[in-house]
Amino acid sequence: MARSRSRSVDRRTFLKSAVSGAAVVAAAPSVAGAEQAPRPTRPSAVVPSARALAPDVGAPLVPVSPRFIEQPGSDFMLDVVKSLKLEFVTANPGSSFEGLHESIVNYGGNTMPELLTCLHEESAVAMAHGFAKVDGKPIMVMLHGNVGLQHASMAIFNAYADRVPVFIIVGNHMDAAVRRGGVNWYHSATDMALMVRDFIKWDDEPASLGHFAESAVRAYKIAMTPPMAPVVMVVDVELQEQPRPAGTLRVPRLTMTSPPMGDAGAVREAARMLVNAEMPFIMAQRCARTPTGIALLVELAEALQAPVGAGGVDRGGSSVSDRMNFPSRHPLCGAGWAGYEPDVTLGLEVQDMSDAARSASARGGKSISISAEDLFLKSNYQDFQRMAEVDLAIAADAEATLPSLIEEVKRQLTPDRKRAAQARGAKLADAHRQARATDLETAATGWDASPISLARLSAELWAQIKNDDWSLVSWQNFISRWPYRMWNFEKHYQYLGGQGGGGMGYGAPAAVGAALANKKHGRLSINIQGDGDLNYAPGVLWTAVHHKIPLLTLVYNNRGYHAEVMLVQRVMSVRNRGADHAHIGTTLRDPFIDYAKMAQTYGMYAEGPTADPKDLAGAIARGLERVRRGEPALIDVITQPR
Amino acid sequence: MSRLTLLVGIAALICAPGVTRAQPPGATQPSAATGNAENGRQLFLAYSCWACHGYGAIGGTGPRLAPSRFATAAGLTMFVRNPPTMPPYSIQVLSDAQVADIWAYLQSLPRPAGAKDIPLLNQILMEK
Repeated sequence: MARSRSRSVDRRTFLKSAVSGAAVVAAAPSVAGAEQAPRPTRPSAVVPSARALAPDVGAPLVPVSPRFIEQPGSDFMLDVVKSLKLEFVTANPGSSFEGLHESIVNYGGNTMPELLTCLHEESAVAMAHGFAKVDGKPIMVMLHGNVGLQHASMAIFNAYADRVPVFIIVGNHMDAAVRRGGVNWYHSATDMALMVRDFIKWDDEPASLGHFAESAVRAYKIAMTPPMAPVVMVVDVELQEQPRPAGTLRVPRLTMTSPPMGDAGAVREAARMLVNAEMPFIMAQRCARTPTGIALLVELAEALQAPVGAGGVDRGGSSVSDRMNFPSRHPLCGAGWAGYEPDVTLGLEVQDMSDAARSASARGGKSISISAEDLFLKSNYQDFQRMAEVDLAIAADAEATLPSLIEEVKRQLTPDRKRAAQARGAKLADAHRQARATDLETAATGWDASPISLARLSAELWAQIKNDDWSLVSWQNFISRWPYRMWNFEKHYQYLGGQGGGGMGYGAPAAVGAALANKKHGRLSINIQGDGDLNYAPGVLWTAVHHKIPLLTLVYNNRGYHAEVMLVQRVMSVRNRGADHAHIGTTLRDPFIDYAKMAQTYGMYAEGPTADPKDLAGAIARGLERVRRGEPALIDVITQPR
Repeated sequence: MSRLTLLVGIAALICAPGVTRAQPPGATQPSAATGNAENGRQLFLAYSCWACHGYGAIGGTGPRLAPSRFATAAGLTMFVRNPPTMPPYSIQVLSDAQVADIWAYLQSLPRPAGAKDIPLLNQILMEK
């Protein structure tokens, strides 16, 4: 990095003379330049030489501007950030972190982390959310004081509720004595992190660079210890921009905390209950944090010959969760055969075990919970869900506990219990085959319908991506989980779940962030994107184009906020006032929104709207051609509601 | 911001399985009607039946209704007046004649093809 040879200047002194100084600077490109200039023909445009000014200023000017700053504090901050190996930083620019911004771009060479331009702070955080779910590691987000953090707060809440780490830095003008007047006061706060403290895991506002170093490393460590969640570092503008003080500053060593494992006695008891169950059921939600988690869950399920799903059997036994836990075509995937009533339900990182526990109890069965959620609770936001009356609660990280649970299960399985498990497994495999066939029969309904069915969309897409190393980077619950019902999900990055906190506007930016994480592996990222969600912050389409993030987006355009259509309809019906006004305030009509044009405006290849199912395969093929070349592309598909 | 969990739960509650249930035995039958299919199609759209059951009644959050699972318009009428899960529709909201029109529309819809008759689905079925 190029550096000034002059001494640095105290920022407070500079600010006091900012106005007069600015006037001089505006008129004087450089003193040296003035001395070498040819004789002027129009004296009024010439900067006086130092000698000529001497009678007025009383002393010779310093030959180089005293405004230059050497070794700003933000350079050291970046040294700390680099030690955490954060690959990217997402940001919408803001003056309260401009010091760090400059350090990243120049001092850090804009690599590790590389700065990505975002068009909204909510998108910046949601991109980090999506990235972390693929990569298992956070990236950094920089937010402007107050206003940037307020914009970002929805996405922070989603990441928190989804237990995903995000490393956030927020600028602040802490020192009112040097804070410039006007807008900077609106962008300053006494306790900046207060507004998000209820839905982050930790925050700090360091008073010195040494303090920053320790807190930044600590923040990363906290964010990455299960249950994971966003952390916030509030960073003073002056601390970023002033020269680092003389003396030694060091970057603390990072040692990751191993996740908590279940108590040995409790694990032994859980194994005993499961081994002796006639109809065990494994309910896995945010269980698999890593690829190892999927393999461990398969091993446990196969040892027990127990079905694995995400929802309680009593609630339809949904097999798809907010993480990729279990292979979709494994014979044990699902909720078991019709009438399969679990006598022991094992919940693995299940956010709400209350229904499963209540149902188990009503049947005279038992329920077990293994979750790190029991180690991390806050009071205000109610994400802790209803009190679950389980029979055995193990406060531990499920994935970390699985090896010891598997070992205990295998140790306790007698030949008799093994035979019982094998018999059960054969019936479960048959039930799985039947469920799959039923799903495909259901998919046949409306195959040629227009608007296009979500089943048709999923099948047409699968036919063209199944031989790729693909990753579905979008949520499936609003599209009737068709991909999981049809596609062969096996790997951890093939499904990432949803928003976490139920906040719309997550889909598009999280998909771009996930695709960014997939890019270095050459994976094909697919986003089946809701139209309502896309309208919250469509500028992320430009970010994908600008940073060349390959991603195929298929907008499933049902032209409304469909869940709300159904809800409003329900209220109208139970009040006996008809249901013919349910579209008011819930649908996106008059005019229809043209998402292809929207994407094209942001520079993206796009087609649509496509409403004829016969046109869909061709449109997907053309989009995929672009994506395989390394670009994003979007296809607008007019679809059935769900 | 949506309350997604709530919404999904309620949507499932509204729209799920009741249509397949038989009408209560011995119940009073509404007057028989054959209905007008085109009028029924318009009512199906205007009264948001499509929201749960899909355009063309192909199914969605709620079950498929094409073709109708009710043998008679009277059966459908009995059902919508007091369904177990989906929203109820009283005679003040939808007259017997209107329900009959919707029934006629559902009856007019083509029977869906089987998965084995659709090469793409058959291919998926064959995959391991």
